[in-house]
Amino acid sequence: MLARQSWRKFVNYFMFSLTGVCALVAVGILFFILGYLVWNGGSSLSWAFLTHLPTPVGESGGGMANAIVGSGKLLLLASLFGVPIGFLGGVYLAEFGGRALPFVVRYTADLLNGIPSIVMGIFAYTIVVLPMKHFSTFAGGLALGVMMIPIAVRSTEEALHTVPLVLREGALALGTSKWRTIATVVVPAARKPIVTGIILNIARVAGETAPLLFTAFSNRFWSPGWNQPTASLPVMVYTYAISPYEDWHRQAWAAGLVLLTLVLVANLIARLSVSGRTAH
Amino acid sequence: MMTLDTDRATGFEIEVPPAQLRGGKVAADEIKMRVSGLDFYYGSKQSLFGINLQVLTNHITALIGPSGCGKSTFLRVLNRMYETLPHTRAEGDVRLDDEDILIMDPVNLRRRVGMVFQRPNPFPKSVFDNIAYGLKVNGTHGRAALQEKVEKSLRRAALWDEVKDQLHKSAYALSGGQQQRLCIARALAVDPEVLLLDEPCSALDPIATAKIEELLFSLQDQCTQIIVTHNMQQAARVADFTGFFLLGKLIEYNKTDIIFKTPAKKETEDYITGRFG
Repeated sequence: MLARQSWRKFVNYFMFSLTGVCALVAVGILFFILGYLVWNGGSSLSWAFLTHLPTPVGESGGGMANAIVGSGKLLLLASLFGVPIGFLGGVYLAEFGGRALPFVVRYTADLLNGIPSIVMGIFAYTIVVLPMKHFSTFAGGLALGVMMIPIAVRSTEEALHTVPLVLREGALALGTSKWRTIATVVVPAARKPIVTGIILNIARVAGETAPLLFTAFSNRFWSPGWNQPTASLPVMVYTYAISPYEDWHRQAWAAGLVLLTLVLVANLIARLSVSGRTAH
Repeated sequence: MMTLDTDRATGFEIEVPPAQLRGGKVAADEIKMRVSGLDFYYGSKQSLFGINLQVLTNHITALIGPSGCGKSTFLRVLNRMYETLPHTRAEGDVRLDDEDILIMDPVNLRRRVGMVFQRPNPFPKSVFDNIAYGLKVNGTHGRAALQEKVEKSLRRAALWDEVKDQLHKSAYALSGGQQQRLCIARALAVDPEVLLLDEPCSALDPIATAKIEELLFSLQDQCTQIIVTHNMQQAARVADFTGFFLLGKLIEYNKTDIIFKTPAKKETEDYITGRFG
């Protein structure tokens, strides 16, 4: 009896400790990465890094201004392409759901979400890069945009599901058409979770590297317009990290730090926008 | 005493004494809504059985009965709000004036038959925009016209004096009772011919309830009201006519004082004397 009791206590403490240690490890890894990035990249992070073009091989200094702008342009294009399609698809799922089609759309969105990003790159490469015969910002933006669609669909759908039925009925009861009810009552009521979903979605694709390697490619100079290869932060990290130069390694860390900071800031904005007042 | 059309299927006879004709206005004895042989289904489950009922213009009709008896379902047929739920079906003849509402465009129907819900459901907008919403949907535009109609609606709902200084604050800043009167004002703003009220006071305290009842009473010359209520005293206080629902059937429908004083059916008497339900 006593043995069983102490065994039970032991198992209890053991499991408690195990879960605690694993939680610590999970959090620890994140802070370790953060700290390592700051340690290695912090020293190379300077005003020049943010505002200058890369220097030719062999010269030290220089920066990644073109990669920062390139990432911005890629994300803008990806959002312009992926967000409207994903958003309207999500509205359809949440509001016009019959039975068969929503199931198909939802299932397809989940499958699309599971497609490895490198495969998305081949897709954009075949559809855009091969016919155009050169890499371009446009091709990279398209690849990232397609990756945004499934998450935009599901996050919009979930956001709209949080709007209570009585609010829709209140609008319908005034003789409002279904479409107008959605546009003027349901979507505004779900504005915050929708915006949060979009921000997190952008933050997620901001770090995608694989699909950009053979769509946007890279560029050591500014990339005017949308029709030329462009540098981007993730690809710069990759290129600089595998180079043989000590100075480039440090710059790769700095680029990683900039990328991570942008993602963290986006997350923070998203969280703050939800925790604000829900009533207006 | 004048006697209205006897209902074919159930033989209920509704007598309307001249005193109830609101000063002898002829329009008052018209039938606004006429329901004949209404069956309703949630999927394969039938929840209303052969309802026959006539609603008189510019009178208040109360529907009472225990939970799950079908009175709210019945109300939701009258503006086809049941269609927001999947797998629902209404069969029978339901007429607004002489139009069959089951084949009408639901948007047009709901512009004529307004609804107030169990819990106040103001939009997450300002007080002003809550009222202006229905007006804009129904074609009123222009700042001045909107302002005038918003004020008029809030006055009709006896809410103007309480909210005139906070028109541009969130409707959620109002108390529950004020929110419900705002919802009534919102419904009144588009001038509905019929106003459906689905237990409008169930989430309110007695003082707020009294204000709503006063409001309904003051509106009785302006529109036809049908109110579902759990509260029998409320039906007795506000309604000209009362219908008693039980297990999806309309057991008895008559002038309110007859229902409460000399009901014809045993089930009605048992319910109003509190022997069940």
